[in-house]
Amino acid sequence: MFGHQQKNVQPAVDERTQPWVEKYRPKTIDDVAAQEHTVSVLRKALSSTNLPHMLFYGPPGTGKTSTILALARQLFGPDNFKSRVLELNASDERGISIVREKVKNFARQTPRAQAVASDGKTYPCPPYKIIILDEADSMTQDAQGALRRIMETYARITRFCLVCNYVTRIIEPLASRCSKFRFKPLDMSSTSTRLAQIALSEQVQVTNEVISALVSTSAGDLRRSITYLQSASRLSSSTDPPAPITLRDIQEIAGVVPDEVMNNFASSLGADSIPSIFSKLEKQDFDTIRQQVKSIMREGYSAAQVLSQLHDLIVQHPVLTARQRSACALAFGDADHALCDGADEELWVLQVALRVNKAIS
Amino acid sequence: MSLWVDKYRPKTLDELSYHEGLTTRLRSLANSGDFPHLLVYGPSGAGKKTRISCVLRELFGKSVERLKIDQRVFLTPSKRKLDVNIVQSNFHIELTPSDVGNYDRVVIQDLLKEIAQTQQVDLSAKQRFKVVVINEADLLSRDAQAALRRTMEKYMSNLRIILCANSTSRLIAPIKSRCLLVRVAAPSLEEIQAVLQQVAKNVGFDLPPEASEKIAEESNGNLRKAMLVLETLKMQSKDLNSPLLTIPKPDWESYCHKVADLIMSEQTPAKVMEVRGKFYELLSHCIPPTVILKTVADRLVDKMDESLKADVMYWAAFYERRMRIGNKKIFHLEAWVVKVMSLYKVMCTSIY
Repeated sequence: MFGHQQKNVQPAVDERTQPWVEKYRPKTIDDVAAQEHTVSVLRKALSSTNLPHMLFYGPPGTGKTSTILALARQLFGPDNFKSRVLELNASDERGISIVREKVKNFARQTPRAQAVASDGKTYPCPPYKIIILDEADSMTQDAQGALRRIMETYARITRFCLVCNYVTRIIEPLASRCSKFRFKPLDMSSTSTRLAQIALSEQVQVTNEVISALVSTSAGDLRRSITYLQSASRLSSSTDPPAPITLRDIQEIAGVVPDEVMNNFASSLGADSIPSIFSKLEKQDFDTIRQQVKSIMREGYSAAQVLSQLHDLIVQHPVLTARQRSACALAFGDADHALCDGADEELWVLQVALRVNKAIS
Repeated sequence: MSLWVDKYRPKTLDELSYHEGLTTRLRSLANSGDFPHLLVYGPSGAGKKTRISCVLRELFGKSVERLKIDQRVFLTPSKRKLDVNIVQSNFHIELTPSDVGNYDRVVIQDLLKEIAQTQQVDLSAKQRFKVVVINEADLLSRDAQAALRRTMEKYMSNLRIILCANSTSRLIAPIKSRCLLVRVAAPSLEEIQAVLQQVAKNVGFDLPPEASEKIAEESNGNLRKAMLVLETLKMQSKDLNSPLLTIPKPDWESYCHKVADLIMSEQTPAKVMEVRGKFYELLSHCIPPTVILKTVADRLVDKMDESLKADVMYWAAFYERRMRIGNKKIFHLEAWVVKVMSLYKVMCTSIY
C-alpha cells in the first residue's frame, strides 16, 4: 500500500522543465519538418492502412523517431497506443536475450480488440502491432540475426520499424526485408522556420542572427538546435530583466570557439582567412605557434572543437592548393584518431598546428 | 591546520573573484528554480570545483557543507566487489567513477537509479531535487556515458547531474547536448596576482608585486599551483622582498630537465641506459608518464635547433598516443628518446 501511495505522490513531469524537444515533437506526420518524400509515401500507407516493415536511417536529429511515433499515434490513437506499439531503445537493453524474450513475446500476441477512442475521433487502427527498435545499429549482429525469423513468422500481425544512423551496420538479411527510407539532414530554411515557431510559442525574443547561428552550429540536427535554444532562453530569462539572447551566448552554449580566436590561430599558422600577399612573407616560427596553442588550451576550449573549426577554415580556404589541403587533411585525420584513443590534447593540437604550418609554408 | 588553498577557497558565489559574467549566470540559474544539468569544463586549477561547490551552496544553503564520507560496495555482473568512496551531504553526492576503471558503468547505473528513485525527504529543503556531481567525467567509459544518457532524461524531476571534466572531446554528443555547457577558462596573470594579494592580506603579510608576478608566471594559469607555491615560499623564507627570490621547482621537474640535458649531451646507447634509469625513478614516484614526456619535450625544444623543434613535438605526440593504447609506458618513453637522439645525431653529422 505504501508503494502505491508513493506512486501518487510522484509529481507529473513539470511543464516548465520538460525538454522542448519532447514538448514540440510532431503530433502527426504532416508536422514533420522537411523529409517530403518519406512523408508522402507514409501518408499513402496511412490511407491504405497497410504498412511494410520499415527501416529509417539518417543522421541524428532529422526526425526518424518522431516520424514513426507520429505515424503510430495516427494509426492507433492514444488509447490503443500502449497495447499496439512496443518501443525498444536499443541503447540500454539490447542483446539476444531481449530479442528472444521481450520482442518475440510481443510479436506473437494477437492484437487486442480495438478500444473505443475516448477523444471521439476515429482511428484506422489496422489489425497489427508495431515494434519500434530505436538505435538499431547498436544491436549486436547476433541479436539482429535472431530478429530475421521473427520478422517473417509474425509478419501478418506485427510490423517492425528499425531506426538507425548507419544503414551499413544493419545486417543485409534484415535490410532486405524492410523498405528503406533515408532521412536527409534538414535544410537551413525548414530548421529556421521550426525554431522561429518554437520561439514564438515560448515567447522568447530571438533575432534572425541568433537563429542563423543556431542553424549553423547544429549542422542540420534539429534536436540539437532546439536544445541550444532552450538553454539560451533559460540563461536569458534567469536574469532580471531578461537579457536578449546574443550570438555569443549561442556559441558559448554550443562550445564553439569564437571566430576571432580561430582566425587569429589560423593566421599564426600562415593560413589567413583573408589572404593577403604579405601574409606568407614572414615564416611563423615554432615558439609563436606554441604560445598560441598554449593560450587556446588555457582558455579551456576542447581540442576536438578547435580541430574541427580549423579544419573548416583550411578546407574552405580560397588560395591554398589541393596538395597543401590534402596534407592538412591527413594531419586532421591522424589527430582525430589520436583524440579518440585518449591521447593528450595539447600535444596533438600542437602537432596538427605544426604540420599545417609546414604544409602551407 | 589546513593548506591555504583550502582555507581561502571561496565558499559562496559572492566571494568568487574572476569570471564575473559566469558567476552572475550561475547565480541566476541557481535561483530560477529551473536548474539544468551542467557540464563544467576547463583546464585544471581554473576553479571548476570551487564554482561547483559555490553553486551547491547557493542551491541548498549552508547545510550542504556538512559532508560525510561513505564507503560503498558494488557488485559487478561477474560478482566482483568494488569499493567506492563517496562524499555526500543530505542534498548532494559526489563520486569519481573513473576510479573503478572498466566497471564505472555499474556504479553509475546502480547509484544514480538509487538516488533518482528516492525523493527528497527533508521538507525544509530548498529544492525538490538532489544533485550528483561526477568528477573526471571525461574519463568515463563509453558504456557509462550511454548509461547516463537515459537516466538524465528519465529522472529529470528529482535529479540533476553536474559533470566536471577537463575537456569535452571525449564526451559523447548526446551527453553534451543534454547539458548546459559551462566553460571555466584559466585565470589571467593579473587575476592570479589579485587572488594572491588577497590571500596574503588575509594571512597578514606583505606580498611584493614582483614576487606575485613571478609566481603567477610560473603557475601557468593554474591557480592551485600558484597558491601552493606561495605558501611554500612563505614557509621557506620570511622575507619575500629580496630580489634574489627564486621559485623552487619541484624535484621531478628538475629531474626531467636533467633527462633532457642528457639527451642533448650525447647520443649513445650508454646514455639511453642512463635515461632509462631516470625514467624508472620518475615513474616509481608516481609522476604520470604523459607529464614526464611533456616536460622533457618542452625542455628539449627550448634548447634544440629551430629546424628540429617541429619534429620533436611530432614524435612526442606520436609516442604519447602509443603510450595510451599500450600497456608498458617505459617502452614508449624510451622509443621516443631514441627517436629524438637519432634525429639530433643526423642533424649534427649533416652539418659537419
